Amino acid sequence: MSHATGTTSSTPLITLQDVSVVYKVRRSFFGGTVDLRAVDGVSLDIFPGEVVALVGESGCGKTTLGKVIVALLRPTTGKVLYKGKDVWSLSKNEWKNVRRNLQIIHQNPYDALNPTKRVFQILSIPLKEYKLVKNSSQLRDRIYELLEMVGLRPEIAEKYPHQLSGGQLQRVAIARAISLHPELIVADEPVSMIDVSLRIDILDLLLKLRHEFNLASIFITHDLGLARYYAYEGRIVVMYVGNIVEIGPTEEVIRNPLHPYTQALLSVVPVPNPKLARERKEIPLRSIEIANAIAPPSGCKFHPRCIYATDKCRKVRPRLVKVGNDRWIACHLVGK
Amino acid sequence: MSHEKLQSHSSSNTLLSIEDLRVEYVLSEVLRVKAVNKVSLNVYKGEVLGIVGESGCGKSTLAYSILRLVPPPGRIVGGRIIYYGWNPPKDITSIPEREIRKYRWREVSLIAQAAQSTLNPIMRIGEHFIDTAFAHGEKNKERIIETAKKLLNYVMLDEGILDRYPHELSGGMKQRVIIALSLLLNPKLLILDEPTSALDLITQKCILNMLNRLKQELNLTMIFITHDLSILAEIATRIAVMYAGKIVEIAPVDNIFYDPKHPYTIGLINAIPSIVGDVHKVKSIPGIVPDLISPPPGCLFANRCPYASDICKKVDPPLKDLGGGRYVACHRYD
Repeated sequence: MSHATGTTSSTPLITLQDVSVVYKVRRSFFGGTVDLRAVDGVSLDIFPGEVVALVGESGCGKTTLGKVIVALLRPTTGKVLYKGKDVWSLSKNEWKNVRRNLQIIHQNPYDALNPTKRVFQILSIPLKEYKLVKNSSQLRDRIYELLEMVGLRPEIAEKYPHQLSGGQLQRVAIARAISLHPELIVADEPVSMIDVSLRIDILDLLLKLRHEFNLASIFITHDLGLARYYAYEGRIVVMYVGNIVEIGPTEEVIRNPLHPYTQALLSVVPVPNPKLARERKEIPLRSIEIANAIAPPSGCKFHPRCIYATDKCRKVRPRLVKVGNDRWIACHLVGK
Repeated sequence: MSHEKLQSHSSSNTLLSIEDLRVEYVLSEVLRVKAVNKVSLNVYKGEVLGIVGESGCGKSTLAYSILRLVPPPGRIVGGRIIYYGWNPPKDITSIPEREIRKYRWREVSLIAQAAQSTLNPIMRIGEHFIDTAFAHGEKNKERIIETAKKLLNYVMLDEGILDRYPHELSGGMKQRVIIALSLLLNPKLLILDEPTSALDLITQKCILNMLNRLKQELNLTMIFITHDLSILAEIATRIAVMYAGKIVEIAPVDNIFYDPKHPYTIGLINAIPSIVGDVHKVKSIPGIVPDLISPPPGCLFANRCPYASDICKKVDPPLKDLGGGRYVACHRYD
């Protein structure tokens, strides 16, 4: 069942089996609700220590999927397995262990940290909760060690979040996420609020920590350049309106995208190279409008925009199938 | 400043000339943020001038200054903005309010950041066009609607949209309505501040293609402001790089990307992870922007610059003409 297997032959850390998340959306003030299928039948394995970029445009379900992966959000249907065990039917102790091992870093560091607490307190809460320190001197040492790991000076411990810059806040959020020695970190657009000239430092920090602690890492972004940088040694997963449409080794997908949607997307990514920008051809689309997740098109959700769409595409939802070494595509026209 | 004179040699082709402009946000008698710090820049007819910089560099304040719309406590405290679209040319910083109304929208239009959200949710799109035209003295409703239809055509929207409400449109459609609205009174200069930042990639590309076409067909001049240098590779003909309230480099688009001169421009290009090029060469610029309330003497980039020497920490480098339309404010080129 679990398709989309990576190169690693070990047991997956996380397995998603046909996961869907349905939000009830109110139509109007008096009207009833309608279903919005934010994630629609997704199956995916995440292996220990691997790096994955989860990409797609706004509203494609990538943030929702990230929350499902770290067990912050229970899917409406489908299963989430942590090392083979269903995370939503674990005992209290096992659950606590899962919580500790799966961490998330949010997009907006200004919202993610409690504004009424100093950095020291923010970092001490999880350490105390999980009894990772025995006394206050150990706590102090550990917090200074964590700050150093994320490139912050010890004085930062005494500051409140509003006294820090976006980059410093995101480093504190990273320190908190790694303080429990997790096995997986999901980073949801962690640099979108950070200035261009400082973004790479934050990504490099996450990559360094990933290597040091052999963390699995999922980087959620709409920016394909950042995805390529972060998951250069890993895989890229492309989503469109709740579905995974393509999976493959990052550089292969960037250089040779197979799904028509991935092709279209890559053909319009701005490149810092004016000659290339003038010369390259963008892949034409029938429509620029993204499908509505409340009333998605029949068959392949991309068919109203796809210039290759056939009758089958209008009727049958394509499944994600393996088309080569570690490459998976959900398209009727590829892999035949 | 010597560079202004050098730049204004080709003045018959100049549409707008910003001279030694200083804009401050006056927080109190002693707390003044120097948001735009002695900026000189010409805008030439028919060009797409890209202005790039990171948050807080003063690029949006510069845009608002051109329309004399800097929000309080911001204030233009020095310099001139000469508009050459009128004969004789006039200094926008000193014309009376009644003339400013003939300037905004008729001569120069601004598409502000997140402008899509400024559409009135209880007004149909057509009413927006009528309202805007009325506010600027147009009276003939039929003629306004005719012009609106023509402009909607230009931005690839169906005329039927005139009867729709903003919430019925997607973000990309709203942004195209905003562009059509900004062109309603046939301005010569269109200023766009991060016009695609809220849009997804495919819509962004569609807007960029459309702007490229409008530029040709309507003989428009544009200023395109963004934090994303890559977008400028798609649309700009010339680029000005801003840092900490100052312009550090001006050059034709290809020169900026293939032969950047200022260490900040070089750093910014190296900080962009792209889908092309070598990922291993990408790196951040160390350090942070100095405090703009009491900026240090000398070059404001000196504390982050790998080439900084003694003089950089003492003397503010002037924008120097390197020839070929290239200007750089850096002591390395003294």
